[in-house]
Amino acid sequence: MSVADTLGQLALFADLTPAQLEAVAHTHEEDVFAAGERVLRKGLSGGNFYVILDGEAAVDLDGQQLANLGRGDFFGEISALTGEPPTTDVVAVTILRCLVIPAQQLERLVLDRPQFALRLLRLEARRLRNTLEWQP
Amino acid sequence: MAAVERPFEPGDYDVVVVGSGPGGLQTSYCLRALGVRHAVLSRDDCAGGMFQRFPIFQRLITWTKPDAPVERTSREYEWYDHNSLLADEPELKALVPGLMDRAFDLPARAEMEAGIAAFAKQAGIDVRYECEWESTRIEDDGRLVLVTSDGEYRARAVVFALGVTEAWKADVPGLEHAAHYVDTRDPARYEDRDVFVVGKRNSGFEVAQGILPWARSITLGSPRPVQTEALALSALRTRYLHPYDEYMRGGPGTYVIDVTIERIERDGERFRVFTRGTTWDGQLEFDVDDVIAATGFRTPVRDLPDLGLVTVADGRIPALTPFWESVSLPGAYFAGNASQGARGLGKRGAGASSSAVNGFRYNARVLAQHLAEKLDGHVPSREPVDDVVTFLLRELSVAPELWVQKGYLCRVVSSADGAYVDDGVQPVAHFLDAPGPDAFGATVEVDEDGTILPTLYVRRSGEIREHQLAPHPLHDYEGEAYRNQLAGIVS
Repeated sequence: MSVADTLGQLALFADLTPAQLEAVAHTHEEDVFAAGERVLRKGLSGGNFYVILDGEAAVDLDGQQLANLGRGDFFGEISALTGEPPTTDVVAVTILRCLVIPAQQLERLVLDRPQFALRLLRLEARRLRNTLEWQP
Repeated sequence: MAAVERPFEPGDYDVVVVGSGPGGLQTSYCLRALGVRHAVLSRDDCAGGMFQRFPIFQRLITWTKPDAPVERTSREYEWYDHNSLLADEPELKALVPGLMDRAFDLPARAEMEAGIAAFAKQAGIDVRYECEWESTRIEDDGRLVLVTSDGEYRARAVVFALGVTEAWKADVPGLEHAAHYVDTRDPARYEDRDVFVVGKRNSGFEVAQGILPWARSITLGSPRPVQTEALALSALRTRYLHPYDEYMRGGPGTYVIDVTIERIERDGERFRVFTRGTTWDGQLEFDVDDVIAATGFRTPVRDLPDLGLVTVADGRIPALTPFWESVSLPGAYFAGNASQGARGLGKRGAGASSSAVNGFRYNARVLAQHLAEKLDGHVPSREPVDDVVTFLLRELSVAPELWVQKGYLCRVVSSADGAYVDDGVQPVAHFLDAPGPDAFGATVEVDEDGTILPTLYVRRSGEIREHQLAPHPLHDYEGEAYRNQLAGIVS
């Protein structure tokens, strides 16, 4: 399946037209990581926004797994949008296929495609609510 | 005349290298220097790889400057010569500039081919030519076996240096009727014809530039918008951007558009191309004499996907670890152009230069060292570093490995028994992620605006910290302010 077709099945991109999905898929690179490879590194600058196309990853804080991520999940958005280095690692658990969107281009995508921005905001809000519920 | 004995009979080897282009030759040269027992196989009948045929319009996009502020035999000269292979012997260094007619700072295809052939001959790289790898299997012990036209080769590691030169067409209905970039030949053939080029990357712009003096009209179309800020810093700018320049200035007859190609229909001798805008709303139809698919190339990986090889970019490129091993097929390594399948940190989206000789020649040297350590337990010579500040600042200022493979390769200095030793050049991702002693990793990175940032990673008790040095207008990081900053970091 092409990257554009895969993106079309993900909630984050559900509102984009096929032609817009083609543009996203052809503008950004795909990257594949071996199981165990680090994708996002705690404390390092310049992190990208990643959308998982296939495989699983774990959010890892000093060896402790905080969350598992799978197809359609995304990560790196907080550091990409704030410019601050990530506060956790993200590690590939299986072979992991991602679409990689650098911070500057994520900003452009958010400004150019408000439907995408709204989806991102909703998914982020849901994550925040789940995180707060978990707090003791 | 006695028959020439061919090297590398079928059998067991520590490493088998497949390919006799720049990637294969550089890997073999570096393995030999480290004493790793290996065979080199090639289906071609002589050295040169892709440069025997490409680029079709006969001029490279990577520069070599025959005269530079430094000697041709110096390490620093490599920065001015992006096309020669690396060697330790002065007489084998920088072979390409000596073969250039200086009509242009970019060598012609034939000059590059001659440079590669000269390296193979003068360095005495043995290759078993006209030996074609046909299929592959995995033994019970995990070793790869290459079945070739001459017999079977069993190896602990195989380095595939196959190039990324097999014509690949995107999955567009009707594109099968179109010629591929590799089929374009004489530009005069396009005289007074309307041409649609599918694709806006290297080969798309190259072919458009090549036929610009002949064609009646040229349209380049693909979904991805042209990113002028990226193009301005890419090797493409040097030669291929006339079609884009004409379009931006409003020249009628040359168009560069952002569209998805919905289908292509044949209409007698002509073609009809149906497109839809990606960065604008609407549809356009084109009635043209020729369609050229400049949708790229793939690595000819044969049956490796059946054995589990995972790929990126629509199956065109193998997905690789930082040491260029398949992420999914252990023992299968890639050198040369396919080493772009390892993206590295990709900080701020920046990529390494692994798809060109200037970058992958360094990858090959690091890969050879990695294989020597892994397979032979070879211990690299680790020279003491007396003055770590001077050493690191010198590397950040002039090391060609760091300046070409920005953000991918770093120079490592480790502490051992209270002193510092040079741990050579390593992939940055490996330095950051693998356990090791307290150490410094110096690399050169680029920020969002293209500003070059010398960067030092410090590993202490397994924790990594990142330090960026301020930019310098002359890229000279050896002055007093930098010395003071670095002294503070390393102390």
